[in-house]
Amino acid sequence: MSGPTTGDAGGKSAMEIAVKVGEVIEARTEEFQAESATLHQPPPLGSLIWVREGEIDIYAVTGSAATGSREPGRQAVALGQDEEELPQAYPQLSKLLRTTFVGLVVGYQEKGELRHYLPPRPVRLHNFVYLCPSEEAQRFTRSLDFLSLLAAQRQDEALGACLRLVSHVHPNAEAFLVGAGRELVPLLAGDVGRLHALLRRLRP
Amino acid sequence: MTEYLGKVTEGSLSRGLMVRLEAPIEEVRAGRLVAIQGENRRFLGYISDVSLASLSPQLASAPPPSDPFLAQVLAGTGYYGQARVLPKLILGEPSALLEGPQPATAIPPHFSPVHEASQQDVELVYGREDKRRFVVGSPLDMEVKVCLDAPLFVQRSNGVFGKTGSGKTFFTRLLLINLIQKGEAVNLVFDMHGEYGWGRPTESGVEAKGLKQTAVASRVAVFALDREAAQRRRVSPDHIVEIGYEQIEPEDMGLLRQALNLTAIAAEATYTLTKRYRQGWLAKALSLTDEELKELNIPDMTYDNLRRGLDRLRRLPFLVEHPPEDSVGRILKALQEGTSVVLDFGRHSDLTTYVLVANVLTRRLHEIYQKLTDQAQAEGAPGPTPLVITIEEAHRFLAPEVAGQTIFGTIAREMRKYNVTLLVIDQRPSGIDPEVLSQLGTRVLFPLDDERDIEAALAGSQDRAELKNVLSRLPTQRHALILGHALPMPLAIQVEDVTSSQFLSKYGVPRAGEGRPRSKIGDLFPDE
Repeated sequence: MSGPTTGDAGGKSAMEIAVKVGEVIEARTEEFQAESATLHQPPPLGSLIWVREGEIDIYAVTGSAATGSREPGRQAVALGQDEEELPQAYPQLSKLLRTTFVGLVVGYQEKGELRHYLPPRPVRLHNFVYLCPSEEAQRFTRSLDFLSLLAAQRQDEALGACLRLVSHVHPNAEAFLVGAGRELVPLLAGDVGRLHALLRRLRP
Repeated sequence: MTEYLGKVTEGSLSRGLMVRLEAPIEEVRAGRLVAIQGENRRFLGYISDVSLASLSPQLASAPPPSDPFLAQVLAGTGYYGQARVLPKLILGEPSALLEGPQPATAIPPHFSPVHEASQQDVELVYGREDKRRFVVGSPLDMEVKVCLDAPLFVQRSNGVFGKTGSGKTFFTRLLLINLIQKGEAVNLVFDMHGEYGWGRPTESGVEAKGLKQTAVASRVAVFALDREAAQRRRVSPDHIVEIGYEQIEPEDMGLLRQALNLTAIAAEATYTLTKRYRQGWLAKALSLTDEELKELNIPDMTYDNLRRGLDRLRRLPFLVEHPPEDSVGRILKALQEGTSVVLDFGRHSDLTTYVLVANVLTRRLHEIYQKLTDQAQAEGAPGPTPLVITIEEAHRFLAPEVAGQTIFGTIAREMRKYNVTLLVIDQRPSGIDPEVLSQLGTRVLFPLDDERDIEAALAGSQDRAELKNVLSRLPTQRHALILGHALPMPLAIQVEDVTSSQFLSKYGVPRAGEGRPRSKIGDLFPDE
């Protein structure tokens, strides 16, 4: 990845110092599928991730992740081994299995301007996925306009997890969560059960 | 900086604007004066109602969140307060510079910010204290003073209504002092309970100063009906009023019918007597012979009834066949010299006396004022100084059954044609003829309990439903709703504290606790 955009730290772009967590293997405008860089260790649910697509940086929230066989149609079978013994007994396992995760697209950055809605095109296949550094996460979540995207996709778990995670990068986590909760109220005023459940997930 | 209350979200000119509150709802009281800043104009109105609302029907029916975090998030978002504001005046009109604030005929757009009215707003609308205007109080929850325009006020008959102990008398004193001080009118006060000449301790134990104990003392004369009572209170009235028989007219009998226990026929018979004996009817009525009765066609039973009633009248000590001095003449002379007159009833504070004396004196004065005004008009000269007659228990004179006959009904209806207006004080406005009520220019409404009284007090005013809401929720002490002719828009106020030291120093009371003892009477009557 090249082309520094924002969040310059020590001469490197924010994305250069960010941790690579995966590679895009399937993409739609509103979400993409990525293969995790490490088996069994996808980015945490709700964490803010980042993909470069040409001139724009696309932001996404980590959604559901899964681990399974690399080959379609071939299912893993029970092996009856302890977790510690497994790599020695079956060293090929790590080549046969993979962990994937979904990135729920919540916005993008173009020419330094943040937009909290869908980008003009989906991310490109085989682009790397990075974990957003704290400063970037804080910068992106200063506006909470992206919550409506997640709410519309009924991604309440990812949404709750995202807000809990990013609250820690804001100076006052509790105030951030109250503010985020207040943004959610008009979105979910018609579905009080969902609203209450989601708000309970935000409790500091 | 004035307090920010919220933003306009919806509404109409007639029903009022809904304001989504951002200020704590408990601080937002009905009746509060608010300013709405539109794009080009500024609107002034008052809060007529406050309510709690929720964002959706689902939220409204959902159980309240037990979790403090949820409650914190939902308060002000899912659940919020709103206020209904009635826009009354437009301040930003170009014409307003010349003609003052105009009635609101438009409304501000969505999301216009709403603040409590500023001092400038209030001063722009109600003016500042000056030669014409005097301070009556402050808008609810505000420091700034609200003024009443004295010349405008005396143009019409006015009313002060409120239940017992709500502060009517205190406020009336304030009005009188200022009307006298501004020289806009001379006053004749029928002081039933002896409260206006010299103050006396009230129910709450606070002593309020009478007119004779204020800066206007030299322009006030106290006339009394009861010399003994005045002496007991160690005050010296300027004149003792006596009323001659010939001043009593059949009209008075109509008013006193109930009090004297007269039948309708007996009251009617007084007209027959007047027709025959003219002014001497009362003296004559006490000694009619059988032949005379037959001639007059008055049945014996009717005469007995009338006789008993008149005997009761005759026992009133101030009622004499031939008074040595013409009291009406004395009162008139004082009024023409610009001295206001307080008529202290002393021990005779029963209604029969009050109604009789007030009616007799007012009728004579009105006749004279009528002549003076007509005369002045013919000569193209200015008429006599406007006279304001203050009556308490006004429903006794202005009840629908009697208002058509009494002089007070006439005065209230003819407005200020003859430079005489009324200041009507009452606790039961529902007892007053609706036609008279509708003629009242400015009304000062202290809290009233009875629904009918509230209805009657507000009869004929714009936005009755909203004002009713404000009035029925006024704090009981020292708060009033003022509306009508002398005010650009109705307003709930906390009235001036006439017992406060600022007030006392402003209106120049000689020294605290003074005035009563006769030894210091010289201080009170510097002119004498």
